[in-house]
Amino acid sequence: MPEIARPVDVDELARIIATAAAEGRALEIMGAGSKRAVGRPIAADAIVSTQNLRGVTLYEPAELVISAYAGTPLQTIETELAKHNQRLAFEPIDLGPMLGGEAGVATIGGVFATNLSGARRILSGGARDHILGVRAINGRGEAFKSGGRVMKNVTGYDLSRGLVGSWGTLAVLTEITMKAMPNAEEVRTLVIAGLPDEIAIELMCAAMGTPYEVSGTVHLQKELAERLENERLRGAASAITALRIENLSPSVAYRIAQLKRRFSAYGETAELDHHESIAFWRELQRLSFLTPSRDPVWRISTRPTTANRVVQAIAGYMECRAAYDWSGGLIWLEVPHSADAGAAEIRRVIATLGGHATLIRARPEVRASVEVFQPLEAGPWRLTAGLKAAFDPANVLNPGRMYAEL
Amino acid sequence: MGVIPLIKAEPGIVARREQIVAALRRIVNPEAVIADEVGRRAFETDALTAYRRLPLAVVLPGTTEEVSEVLSFCQRNGIKVVARGAGTSLCGGALPAEDAVVLGLSRMNKVLEVDTDNRFARVEAGITNLAISEAVARHGFFYAPDPSSQLACTLGGNIAMNSGGAHCLKYGVTTNNVLGLTMVLMNGEVVELGGPFVEQPGYDLLGLVVGSEGQLGVVTEATVRILKKAEAARPMLIGFDQSADAGACVAGIIGAGVIPVAIEFMDKPAIHVCDDFAHAGYPRDVEAMLIVEVEGSDEENEASLERIAAIARAHGARHVKVAESAEESAAIWKGRKSAFGAMGHISDYLCMDGTIPLGALPEVLTRIGEICARYGFRVANIFHAGDGNLHPLILYDANNPEELEKAEACGAEILKLCVEVGGCLTGEHGVGIEKRELMPYQFDDIDLVQQMRLKEVFDPDWLLNPGKVFPLRLRNAA
Repeated sequence: MPEIARPVDVDELARIIATAAAEGRALEIMGAGSKRAVGRPIAADAIVSTQNLRGVTLYEPAELVISAYAGTPLQTIETELAKHNQRLAFEPIDLGPMLGGEAGVATIGGVFATNLSGARRILSGGARDHILGVRAINGRGEAFKSGGRVMKNVTGYDLSRGLVGSWGTLAVLTEITMKAMPNAEEVRTLVIAGLPDEIAIELMCAAMGTPYEVSGTVHLQKELAERLENERLRGAASAITALRIENLSPSVAYRIAQLKRRFSAYGETAELDHHESIAFWRELQRLSFLTPSRDPVWRISTRPTTANRVVQAIAGYMECRAAYDWSGGLIWLEVPHSADAGAAEIRRVIATLGGHATLIRARPEVRASVEVFQPLEAGPWRLTAGLKAAFDPANVLNPGRMYAEL
Repeated sequence: MGVIPLIKAEPGIVARREQIVAALRRIVNPEAVIADEVGRRAFETDALTAYRRLPLAVVLPGTTEEVSEVLSFCQRNGIKVVARGAGTSLCGGALPAEDAVVLGLSRMNKVLEVDTDNRFARVEAGITNLAISEAVARHGFFYAPDPSSQLACTLGGNIAMNSGGAHCLKYGVTTNNVLGLTMVLMNGEVVELGGPFVEQPGYDLLGLVVGSEGQLGVVTEATVRILKKAEAARPMLIGFDQSADAGACVAGIIGAGVIPVAIEFMDKPAIHVCDDFAHAGYPRDVEAMLIVEVEGSDEENEASLERIAAIARAHGARHVKVAESAEESAAIWKGRKSAFGAMGHISDYLCMDGTIPLGALPEVLTRIGEICARYGFRVANIFHAGDGNLHPLILYDANNPEELEKAEACGAEILKLCVEVGGCLTGEHGVGIEKRELMPYQFDDIDLVQQMRLKEVFDPDWLLNPGKVFPLRLRNAA
């Protein structure tokens, strides 16, 4: 493995990239590397980490804004926010443990570069919705900025949002300004055990169709629910469906009561109180239900009401275990090892039923041989290639990580 | 006349006007092409009415295919195109040019699909913002972004400008509520981005297109997120003797962990003009007023407003009044939403749109007062306080040509002030022609050049909505 360069300031990072561009060398870009095992393996001449660019540079709790260098650990930011009873509302998920690494090492740059948002996305939006501004270095080694530090800003094109989820292939984020949100005064969770997937999805969609601002709708099939750390839920030995309410305390009580009343026909509900709820949703944020296994995992986006059919169709080809987030709009699917991790069948099902699929966990040889990210239609593909060339014309940054040709 | 330079029309294109019109009439339904001068006159300006240019021709397409045919023809012939919704842009974002074809999307206003289970609606881009909410209202749903012009403005225009509104503190702006687009590129290619899914695959092309001011492609359809309406909404009015107290109160509310659905600020001149116009029941003897709105059940709202009232009193509020009926609530919002119209009844005005960090509010209001006094203008300030978006209205006399120039100079100073305190030139109206030459106050050349490289991916010949967003100096250098 090549040595890892950890530049200590933005100028040094820019010089490294400019030099690589001039010499035609490829760089693997990472933060802490907790998500290195996602994407196509990169044949890089050198590795550059942003880990030594760290520190919170601005935090105005009353303005709900925080800025930090890209290498700042997410944990540092969360600790800082917690001092003022705030949080990142998009609930970033931690891929570390399910990929065989540690929990809690991710950097804030990595969080935004991968746009991996958690259960609350369904109510509050994802990482891409919480970006306010960035400083970054493109593949020419030029430092540029976009956006700013205020909540509402349409000055010029929205390059910040374009960089979120680009997996370090367009530019290296060096500083990020994002929205902070207050912690909810109270959190409670309703859990119903034993629902078949189809009924659970119906319930979750109905819950999102209420005015109660449900902030999490998750359904785990039995095999995955049995891996939960929460003993009460694991002990149910059945599928579980969870609905979360977060708000001022009087509202939580009212809304939970309303949900129970409306959905009593779905079966008996258990309730997780404030502390148990916080622990449970943290556990989901770490994807604990995928951690004990090393089998390949796909992340599939589809319409909630087709999610069950997607899983059923795939189950016709291979044994699989599913967890549904975002009412079914997001499926975590664990499948058996095979040469392509089921890519051919899964993508065929998706093509029929609508959606897209990304391979999140698989052996390197599998990731090298299949399309890890969803292949694009001709139009978006041409724009994608154009975008790569507009930011990184010499193909220096994470070449091949998302698509073999780029 | 204003002082913003406009790019010169290409005489070669203007000279071929008759042939171009004839060709367009072969491509689309001939009745969809407006060529006579009176007809074109209706499209010569937008809501930045000081700037007018008679377009070469106007096409009102009815389908994505027609849009594609027109764009493809224009690209082959080197003809510029300005896409237009309702023409409500306050920054000249839809200003045409003598050598440009205006593509008016207003006929494409259909609702194509409503899916409440999956919480999306698919509509044509010429639909008005409010019509989307109306189309889903019978299911108890709504489309969240609510610019003041929502009765007239189109979704396509909202997408171009990434429009906000009073309620985006809670629900976000256009970019947070659009899931997918059908877009036609300048070469006629039809591209689908995103869809009825929470996330889209690959790069966030959707995020790049929203807010690109109609310069990357012409959006013809969109899939938008729709949300279930709250059980009830209830506003309250809070009056202060000093605007600094109002600013501190907003910080206090947010700091206490309460995020209302809207927090709107008005200074005394704005309060009086809006109250005179709408009889909104505003307190007239205060220096600054907040409209704070919460949503939930009646009991929930009662509890939330009580908390907010307590915070307000702790910050020296002199007047605290909760709306006691649906009529009172409606009057409160009528006053705010008609602010621009009400102001128009008493004077011509320029509406600025900077955003500032909330903490800078007292300083910025003081300095805006000083700047306007120096130019001899009165000013009224309206502020989306929750998100820092400030709308100073500079009152001037449009019949006096010198006054517009002075008002523009005054506005430019205010926007530079917004940038100086850590904010930006425009929070929700867009750059258009109006703020194009101010961009270097916020961005270095390299920042703008990186944006221009993006433009060239979509429209390498720079034919779409030309002369907007980027300083002319840079475009000429590129």
